[in-house]
Amino acid sequence: MESQTEIIRKKIKKYAKPFRFNLDPEDLLPVPPGERAGDTQVRESISYWKDAARRFKKNKVAMVSFTVIILIILFALIGPYFSSFTYSQQIRGSEKLSPCLTHPFGTDALGRDMLVRVMIGTRLSLLIGVISAVIVLIIGSIYGSISGFFAGKVDNIMMRIADIVYSLPTILVIILLQIALKEPIGKLFPDSTLGSSVISIYIAFALVYWVSMARMVRGQVLLLKQNEYVMAAKAMGASNITIIRRHLIPNSIGTIIVSTLFQVPNAIFLEAFLGFVGLGPSAPLASLGSLASDALSGLQSSPHLVFFPALFICLLVLAFNQFGDGLRDALDPRLKK
Amino acid sequence: MSKLLEVKHLKKNFPIKMGFGKRKYVSAIEDVSFYINRGETLGLVGESGCGKSTLGRTVLRLHEPTDGQIIFDGVDITKVNMREYRKRMQIVFQDPYSSLDPRMTVGDIVSEPLTVQKKSLSKARIREIVMEQMEIVGLNTEQMNRYPHEFSGGQRQRISLARALTIKPEFIVCDEPVSALDVSIQAQVINMLIELQQRLGLTYLFIAHDLAVVRHISSRIGVMYLGNLVEVTASKDLYKNPLHPYTQTLLSAIPIPDPKVSRNSKRIILQGDVPSPIDPPSGCRFRTRCPYTREKCAMEKPRSTEVTSGHFCACHKVSDGWD
Amino acid sequence: MTKKELLKINDLHVSFFTPAGEIKAVNGLSYELAESEVLGIVGESGSGKSVSVNALMGIIQSPGKLTAGSIEFNGIVINEMSEKQLQKVRGRDIAMIFQDPMTSLNPVYTIGNQLRETIKKHTNLKGTKATERAMEMLRFVGINNPEQRIKQYPHELSGGMRQRVMIAMAMCCQPKLLIADEPTTALDVTIQAQIIDLMKSLRNESDSSIIMITHDLGVVSDICDNVIVMYAGRVVERGTVDDIFYRTGHPYTRGLLECLPRLDNDEQGTLTAITGSPVDLMDLPAGCSFAARCKHCRRICMKESPPEFVLNEDKIHTAACWLHTIPKGGASI
Repeated sequence: MESQTEIIRKKIKKYAKPFRFNLDPEDLLPVPPGERAGDTQVRESISYWKDAARRFKKNKVAMVSFTVIILIILFALIGPYFSSFTYSQQIRGSEKLSPCLTHPFGTDALGRDMLVRVMIGTRLSLLIGVISAVIVLIIGSIYGSISGFFAGKVDNIMMRIADIVYSLPTILVIILLQIALKEPIGKLFPDSTLGSSVISIYIAFALVYWVSMARMVRGQVLLLKQNEYVMAAKAMGASNITIIRRHLIPNSIGTIIVSTLFQVPNAIFLEAFLGFVGLGPSAPLASLGSLASDALSGLQSSPHLVFFPALFICLLVLAFNQFGDGLRDALDPRLKK
Repeated sequence: MSKLLEVKHLKKNFPIKMGFGKRKYVSAIEDVSFYINRGETLGLVGESGCGKSTLGRTVLRLHEPTDGQIIFDGVDITKVNMREYRKRMQIVFQDPYSSLDPRMTVGDIVSEPLTVQKKSLSKARIREIVMEQMEIVGLNTEQMNRYPHEFSGGQRQRISLARALTIKPEFIVCDEPVSALDVSIQAQVINMLIELQQRLGLTYLFIAHDLAVVRHISSRIGVMYLGNLVEVTASKDLYKNPLHPYTQTLLSAIPIPDPKVSRNSKRIILQGDVPSPIDPPSGCRFRTRCPYTREKCAMEKPRSTEVTSGHFCACHKVSDGWD
Repeated sequence: MTKKELLKINDLHVSFFTPAGEIKAVNGLSYELAESEVLGIVGESGSGKSVSVNALMGIIQSPGKLTAGSIEFNGIVINEMSEKQLQKVRGRDIAMIFQDPMTSLNPVYTIGNQLRETIKKHTNLKGTKATERAMEMLRFVGINNPEQRIKQYPHELSGGMRQRVMIAMAMCCQPKLLIADEPTTALDVTIQAQIIDLMKSLRNESDSSIIMITHDLGVVSDICDNVIVMYAGRVVERGTVDDIFYRTGHPYTRGLLECLPRLDNDEQGTLTAITGSPVDLMDLPAGCSFAARCKHCRRICMKESPPEFVLNEDKIHTAACWLHTIPKGGASI
């Protein structure tokens, strides 16, 4: 019995005209399926985060902003340990000094070292910024995802409430809330180093600014809801909470992170304003805003007292905004194909 | 042959937000009745706006029916708690891109039905089941930890199918599962569906707009137009003996990949466009484009009558015997 | 009588230079088109059919680039032309209609406005004369009340209507070449029939040549005179419609024909599918690009890419497959 290959070989010899092309008759033998070039249908595995990180690293402005943020954080957290002064230490005889070697940022009217005070001020401003943003994140995303998921009447009512909150004059509300909450919080947390005024800033901020986060998350949820994997999950018997938790929120994380990041400079700026108008932390604690405010009266004679806090406010706001922008571009989902 | 699914006078409206004043509805499904025997495939064809996708989803109560009954294995499921029934009826969608969560690995996607149905299984056992499922649909089990975007369209449809089969359903609604795929891949996926049906004894409701594909895989076919089922019959019968004017037009419009046939075919070209489902024509909804329309068509809605055994048609011309 | 040659594509190569690698979309495409001819280009996704006509029109966007080859239209080489020169050619001599009528028409302008703009740009008609011409074109494509339609916006029209408007816009300057890139894929079957009918009357009543890009062999057998089948950026088979369907010369074409479920027979059960998936354009194998999926694969197929073998004396029907070195009895496609 001849093998298949033998039969084909004979046929080829009989009929083929391979020599026109300088073909070796052997070349015309069939190749079994197993030996063919594999058809690799799947490329190298790149996870969503790695891909985003790659895109982010390419964005120079974003990378610079990120570095600036890290440097400022280090400055604020670790800096004070390297200084021989504390933020409340009043050095008699060294009032209102211009920047020099011992006091790189100068001293204020009470002889306190400005460098340390700016460091502490930054610490506080950052803390306020981050904590407020996190509170807004939690309230906003829960509210927004419920509203977006259920749509219809529920969504209508929830969004109208949000609209009303949004249309309140924000600064006014925050100031009023702050004044109103100061006493009760003072009683609740009597020993807090932060002071009741600072805690009330968190609450006031969160109560007013959750709306834009909620709207953002609602928009995302409405969009994501249309995907068929949501319907597939429903067809499997998943409850609404499960769908929100497993599918909608993870897919909105990009937007949520970016929105949260944008809240930070908002909060810092707002806090600076509050500090500036005298509603900031109580002395001797300082935030960047209150530092600038205190220094305003001596603007002509000692501009450095205003300059350094203002500089840091600007740096923080700018850096977070650019970082947020860069992150948003990097996380932009373009994962089809 | 027992009926696994029977739908009686199903109706589905979608309200449109119109602000103040009269409420308007999109009448997606007007009055549809059909049945599917166990182990059989019922094909559902129609053009865009006919309501076939809505029908597939409503049967699974992914949309709540406005009226009518859905009887699954003898039980009317329109009013019950679907939890028990979700295990027995599943769906595969058209779009291979939006039917898989891009943040989940293939393993997670395929095992999701198990986690959702709260089967208390060990991680190892779940892994085993996922591998079984992937093998059934012809996927490489080593790719369990990859993400959907790393796969081609045809492979994603296989993943969708694997997911649907995980909890061993009896009935699967295939909502245009091959329409978005290349022709050579379509054939592979169709073969897989046919093979799985034979192996696992599945019952399919196969929805598509490509009549050739539907004829190939279905034992019976239903033709829909603007929310109504205008004709239902065995696949062999539909091509040889189409009764409803719309079916006849549909069949003649499909280009056959065969030049000799194409050259000699006479096309029935319909004038105009499909009317809007918000404001459909009175009486027979097809009357505005039908070449045989008469006064009765505007006054009275045609009812579905069994013309020959198993061949149903809803048309005055057919039931009254006009020529 | 041989018709005058209108278009000549010579060894076209187009690649997309992405961060992940070079995607070789078109790899040595050559064909000619005569006047009043209807050429069908058949292929699946990744075959390069759309990219090749985009290159023809000069509308390839970066990171895509024409890396080799030439395009001659009416005797003039157009791939080296500047944007300005190309704009004169586009619309007037070569017109294109796309797959998705939803996105090809600008939603903020009325139909009339968009038609008039095209007319004014490429002819010397102005004002009322231009409007008259626009209405004439709408009637030509079968739109019944053009006076009313001309004031409407795209979203007020159905998909089929929009596609007709696209065709009207394309034909209003009586181009020598009309390129239709999957014009009926997004439409319902009954509407598809209307549009194909329209295109047939276009072919009969005007002198325009048509290039019809599609993956639907039914459409091809209905309207095309000649066909080229593309796979992985190359022509694998070319010939008249009858050649391709009845005297198939390439395993891929044969595979496509066999894997289609047919409406006019009773067969059920498994189809003869082509195994594997479309080739990765970033990683083209040496040898024939179809080798991995071909059931006739021979050793030579893995080593060298086959030239196009002529299958009849008139030189119209060719196929790029090594099996044609074994004539009569040695192998059958």
